[in-house]
Amino acid sequence: MSDRPQTLAEKILSAKYGRRAQAGETVVAEVDLAFAQDGTGPLAIRQIDALGLEGVAKPEATIFFFDHASPSPRKELSDDHRFMRAFSEKTGANVSEVGRGICHQLVAEHYAEPGMLIVGGDSHTCTAGALGAFATGVGSTDVAVAMALGRTWFRVPESFRVELTGSFSKGVYAKDLILHLIGDIGAAGATYKALEFSGQLESLDMESRLTVSNMAVEAGAKAGLFPADEITLDYLKGRGRGGKKLGPDPNASYEKQLEYDLEKIQPTVSKPHTVDNTALAQDLSDVKIDQVFIGTCTNGRIGDLQAAAGILNGRKTAAGVRLLVGPASREVYLQAEKLGLLRIFVESGGMILPPGCGPCVGVHQGALGSGEVVLATQNRNFKGRMGNPEGFIYLASPATAAASALAGKITDPREVLS
Amino acid sequence: MSQLSGKAWVFSDDISTDHIAPGRYFHLRSNLPELAKHVLEDAREDFAEQVKPGDFVVAGENFGLGSSREHAPTIIKLAGVSAVLAKSFARIFFRNAVNIGLPVIMLDTSDIQEGDQLEVDLEKGRLRDLTGAKELSFQPLSNEMMRILGDGGLVEHIKKHGEIKL
Repeated sequence: MSDRPQTLAEKILSAKYGRRAQAGETVVAEVDLAFAQDGTGPLAIRQIDALGLEGVAKPEATIFFFDHASPSPRKELSDDHRFMRAFSEKTGANVSEVGRGICHQLVAEHYAEPGMLIVGGDSHTCTAGALGAFATGVGSTDVAVAMALGRTWFRVPESFRVELTGSFSKGVYAKDLILHLIGDIGAAGATYKALEFSGQLESLDMESRLTVSNMAVEAGAKAGLFPADEITLDYLKGRGRGGKKLGPDPNASYEKQLEYDLEKIQPTVSKPHTVDNTALAQDLSDVKIDQVFIGTCTNGRIGDLQAAAGILNGRKTAAGVRLLVGPASREVYLQAEKLGLLRIFVESGGMILPPGCGPCVGVHQGALGSGEVVLATQNRNFKGRMGNPEGFIYLASPATAAASALAGKITDPREVLS
Repeated sequence: MSQLSGKAWVFSDDISTDHIAPGRYFHLRSNLPELAKHVLEDAREDFAEQVKPGDFVVAGENFGLGSSREHAPTIIKLAGVSAVLAKSFARIFFRNAVNIGLPVIMLDTSDIQEGDQLEVDLEKGRLRDLTGAKELSFQPLSNEMMRILGDGGLVEHIKKHGEIKL
């Protein structure tokens, strides 16, 4: 096997395979964490049963997160929760209960470490790539196999190197960068590939990186990887966890090179009904909105809530606009409470949702009326996503969402930031 | 399994898993026959009622983008669809489809019209459009994918070999 320099994706998959592997090869690799959520978990359990295997290979590294129906709006979903609890009790697998938060946020807060191989029964599992883990979303059968055997098969992806320079100007955030990138390369621009970020990465703190990695799948990518650097190790240390620096080899080969100057990124919005249908916020000021949703695995972290609250503080949302705010986890909720952010949201006319996926997936809470328009900080705007195929979903950063809630129409946040 | 025949149902580019298995039916995910009554509802309201066993879903670019919900390919299969033909597929949907034993075929679908009678040979990688009187060839799936599909999906594959044997 050649000893040519490796990308970060090749490096992690090789380590878990036990031999050097390169892009294009198929490997069966050891999985460090396998999880599902309440929408994909019940089917995964039925597939484990169908395999005829007793239980799971690594109960401590197997988690069922209850976040999509949190709390459950229907008896069928409450029964799904009971089904997953019973399986976990029998096998020793873990349940992350209703109210604790969204799987991807909790994986970042509590589980992911550099170099890990993580599979999750949720497409946004790529979020943990921000911590230097190879994390990828799979379906219920794949996650069932990973849970039952402790390993599964992967095609080692080719990587695109995304070189970042400069730093964001005021009112511009990681969300604007990733929306801009997806608009640039398209919703299938990186299908089957890994996006590997490099360059002036000190411009992106851990929360910003989580936002970027979260949306890698919206360009079709299998993973969105950041090297583990000082920022990563500080984050892990602050949370009582360890980890070592990890990055690609110098001179690794990439299928494509992309470059973005952060100074040039402007507040960006995805228009209905695809994420790559992007425009500048300042060019959409004629779009009136009925609802604003700030939260999700993309932008429900404390920095996101601070950015939004900074704009809403002491002001009122426009008449006719419903503002929903959903912290991504219980921990974020408590931090927001301590910092007085929840009061700011409520006093401005908003309402606080429990930690979970909330309106994003159209399961409950904040379903759109026919013809209504929402500006949301989530990652997807597909037709029908928020419970109504006659609704119109625009995506933006928390700052753009907050500024727009005040004006009642899509607003560039730099207009309200002095 | 390798010889399929049926009628073409033509869909656009960018059919997402939200079109195929809308979130408002999330509570039916543990009741797949009920969920299948809504398959592709947000792309075409009457599809579940009209589709006949053996028919093909024919689409443009990036079919199945979005969520990892395996329920999407599963209810397409439950509705009786014999294969999905598209110019390109989203990654997770593609792998899910193979895992559950739903053939997915990548080829230029531009010339296939709604209602065309199609015959597909999966192993030879050949499609005959009987209505349009033309023949198209496609790249058969990778060896790994063909092995899983040939065994009837990933669960059957592992039951047969006791392991992932690719």
